[in-house]
Amino acid sequence: MLIRGADVVFSDGVRKSDIRIEGGLFTQIAPTLDPPENEEVLEAAGLTAFPGLIDMHVHLRDPGFEKKETIETGTMSAVKGGFTQICCMPNTRPVIDNKVVVTYVKARAREVGLCKVHPIGAITEGQKGEALAAIGGMKAAGAVALSEDGKSVQNSALMAKAMLYASDFGLKCLCHCEDASLVDGAVVHEGDYSTLTGLKGSLRAAEDIMIARELCLAESLELPVHICHVSTYSGIQLIREAKARGVKVTAETCPHYFTLTDAAIRDFDPNAKVNPPLRAERDRVAVIAGLKDGTLDCIASDHAPHHADDKNVEFNDAAFGISGLETSFALSYTVLVCENGFSLPKLSALMSANPAGILSLTGGEIAVGAPADLMLADLNESWRVDPAAFVSKGKNTPFAGKKLQGRVKYTLSDGEIKYREARA
Amino acid sequence: MNQKDILGLYDMEAAVIDEILTRGLAYKSELKRGNKVFHALSGKSMVTLFYENSTRTRCSFELAGKFLGAQVVNISVAASSVQKGETLVDTGKTLDAMQNDVMVIRHPASGAARLLAKTVRAHVINAGDGMNEHPSQALLDMLTMREHFGKISGLKVAILGDIYHSRVAKSNLYGLTKLGAQVTMFGPRTLIPAGIEKLGAKICSSREEAVDGADVVMGLRIQLERQKAGNFPSLGEFAKYYGANEEVIKYAKPGALIMHPGPVNRGVELTSALIDGDTSKIEDQVLSGVAVRMSMLALLGKED
Repeated sequence: MLIRGADVVFSDGVRKSDIRIEGGLFTQIAPTLDPPENEEVLEAAGLTAFPGLIDMHVHLRDPGFEKKETIETGTMSAVKGGFTQICCMPNTRPVIDNKVVVTYVKARAREVGLCKVHPIGAITEGQKGEALAAIGGMKAAGAVALSEDGKSVQNSALMAKAMLYASDFGLKCLCHCEDASLVDGAVVHEGDYSTLTGLKGSLRAAEDIMIARELCLAESLELPVHICHVSTYSGIQLIREAKARGVKVTAETCPHYFTLTDAAIRDFDPNAKVNPPLRAERDRVAVIAGLKDGTLDCIASDHAPHHADDKNVEFNDAAFGISGLETSFALSYTVLVCENGFSLPKLSALMSANPAGILSLTGGEIAVGAPADLMLADLNESWRVDPAAFVSKGKNTPFAGKKLQGRVKYTLSDGEIKYREARA
Repeated sequence: MNQKDILGLYDMEAAVIDEILTRGLAYKSELKRGNKVFHALSGKSMVTLFYENSTRTRCSFELAGKFLGAQVVNISVAASSVQKGETLVDTGKTLDAMQNDVMVIRHPASGAARLLAKTVRAHVINAGDGMNEHPSQALLDMLTMREHFGKISGLKVAILGDIYHSRVAKSNLYGLTKLGAQVTMFGPRTLIPAGIEKLGAKICSSREEAVDGADVVMGLRIQLERQKAGNFPSLGEFAKYYGANEEVIKYAKPGALIMHPGPVNRGVELTSALIDGDTSKIEDQVLSGVAVRMSMLALLGKED
């Protein structure tokens, strides 16, 4: 196949190029390539080609919560959002804490055949925080990392053992940071809007204390660690300082932390209920600065689909989470590139090369010899978010009606078109 | 007034508050004369839906509805389908299908009244939702003040105690400041919510400062479980350092009113000398409550 005339995003710049794909790999990239008679040609003039996006923090809900999402609908949502590789969190039922569940997820994803799905195993059995999960077995079955996502391992000694044992298998811990005693039932950020609404807030310290603990463990043990969905200005500063003194830490944030503040919960919108909570403007600005200066390494959606039944209840009882795969790219392009002057290579690094690097995944660049994973977007197109149009089962988004710039048109994985926008 | 629901005072215009108080005062003087027969809601039905225990608020709303001629049904959690796991939204739809005209809801979750209002066709009155708002309590407090002073504007109101958990304090803050009063607050730092100053309160560093020159001193009920949660060491220490007593009240204007939303813990938020003193309005507040709730119901009902 020949993709002709796209503006191609490389790590060092954007150049109009033709791309040849053969056998699932990029085989030729040049300013112009001529197709032989029988070669399929995808005319992409006016579109921008990005390396396939990689989301290292997704909830697929399958097995166990198929009412919220399945591996099929989740990966449909992923390719519609421009993603060719996603990593799925272990808080399923049963929990991904053994090789059987890892094997199921991988096999089901292969059967659906849309994007690559890399399971993340739980750190402890059943995510109970008591005993190590079957880490070796999960690695052998294909788990790419470990996480207790949704909570922290509260016992510091157990967390230290987990990091050490995981390192034997070359696995990193991806840390959801939350001190349970400080959160204690809180559902929003403690600040102006918790006071206004009367909803229980949690301090930045609830997140920061656990970030600091993971940094201390990584530093003491001389092991790498990854911090999930950072939302506080103060947590970003902890990571910045740790990086400066050589701690092997990487970190992600999510589009909602650089697009929204806790003002979004003013009218008790359960779709703005997310964990960590949306915070103040000061934090939102710091997240953008952290992405800009490299303190934050990548963007993950924390795609957390829920059924309407899980959200159409009292705010306190509503499930945490935002369905994010189908808005992640456009939110990032709109806010980071259009409004904050990020370059396209920088955006691409945050959404492809960097997460690939953190998890040692193949891909993340458009280069000869690499797997032909790419996404074609029309950066001139603006559109309004319509949850009803999501292919994810989770319609839970606080961005309904928001006008965004940049629309995914095609997603190719291993050289095959996995998503093509339907003609209007 | 043309609004479907009364969910709080944060979003209520000053003119509407004024309208409710004016009509409430008229009802109160009728009630004092022993007149309990009115017709503003005759032919209407009203349900009180209480997910939290309450004696005075539920009884006050029930009487207000009955005095106005409405058919009133009371639902409390223990006797309802909530125990069977029905959601608030479904309960609301069911009560709506029975053609109820007004639903009065009390709920432990902030925002619950708004969720119900969004769901049902009926008028919804928030009778207290979590730590959010309790508009009828604030309106009855303001009615009591207006009856005594003739106006709200220019008054200085000191609110003492557990501000963090108090929907009463917040609704009073919104209503009083909209009508031109000044609100000072004091309580343990553990029970002062973040950024309350931005909503118009002056947070003081002592009881004396808060009460200084006040026309009204309002205590707030402290729940024992707040002590167990580590917000202060003991009720004794709370009373000693944060309660209002005869010494503290000397800083207020002579004749300053003593108020409390009830039920009061004697000797904790307020000493008995203040509760039973000449300027205490705590009992009078109760009748103001019936009157102001009649006014709220009548104003919502008249649109139909």
